[in-house]
Amino acid sequence: MSEQVSTVDETTERREEERREFHSYVWGIGLALLLTVVPFGLVHWIHGIPRFSLLVVIGAFALVQMLVHFRFFLHIGFKQKREDLHLILFSALLLTIMVAGTVWIMASLATRMVLPAQP
Amino acid sequence: MSPQVLKHPGLNLGPAHGKDDVAAESMMFGFWVFLMSDAILFGMVFATYVTSVQATAGGPGTHALYDLKSAFIETLLLLASSFTFGMASLALKYKHSKSRLIGWMILTLLLGMVFLGFELHDFSSMFAKGGVPSRSGFLSAFFDLVPLHGLHVAGGCLWLICLAGQILRYGLDTGTKLGIMRLALFWHFLDIIWIAIFSVVYLGGLT
Repeated sequence: MSEQVSTVDETTERREEERREFHSYVWGIGLALLLTVVPFGLVHWIHGIPRFSLLVVIGAFALVQMLVHFRFFLHIGFKQKREDLHLILFSALLLTIMVAGTVWIMASLATRMVLPAQP
Repeated sequence: MSPQVLKHPGLNLGPAHGKDDVAAESMMFGFWVFLMSDAILFGMVFATYVTSVQATAGGPGTHALYDLKSAFIETLLLLASSFTFGMASLALKYKHSKSRLIGWMILTLLLGMVFLGFELHDFSSMFAKGGVPSRSGFLSAFFDLVPLHGLHVAGGCLWLICLAGQILRYGLDTGTKLGIMRLALFWHFLDIIWIAIFSVVYLGGLT
């Protein structure tokens, strides 16, 4: 009798978990759509925004959308083991150093190496 | 809500899958290491693109070549395919019928293939406007970055077809279950790369 009850409990618990995970995907796609449509609209329909601020807004939206994908589609949170989170954070650190470093150095080089106008 | 510790990052099969859930731990960790190395590769190609975007050598630039509407449709297609793959993962985890799982996988495959069709159409219209890879440093970098992602998507589509075949042939054993879970990570990862491409290459190039 008690076994019967526990299996019923497990099924409802599993169903509850499934509902939660389904909602996670729905939230994910909803937020992702919003975060895609807004910068697209700013570039495509609205003109006259200063270029630099537009780039900052696009970058911010992209960053938030990536976090949304990590959270809702890849289910990255603080519940998995530390090592697994460390792998992702360390890769993100390497990526930031290498990409930001490359862009910084090459941009600096480009401004310093401007050829003088042809005589 | 039990505070169960997840065995690996991503959707866990959970204790209801017994030995398959145990086998997932090391397998999924290894796949995450691969994904992160792939992220570094993409990051460096992005850096190359950003540093070469001005190097048009008198050839056509971003405004002449890019079609933002088409890139937007491609974004929506990939987003939708990420969602359908999520539904396939849930169908696997909660042991729905095999046909439901295969159905979501086929829908994902179709969305991926339509995405590739749009992308190839973009490339051919760029070629028609003189935007070939050998034209300038900018175009070489563009055709290094965007088709690299396209190749990954094509690889993902091939993998989907193989997995569907394996499921029909062998059923849902440890191998096919873990195959679906790894491909799910790969597919969601490619969607994140595309967000970066859409923002940096297309939106950034057309401001």
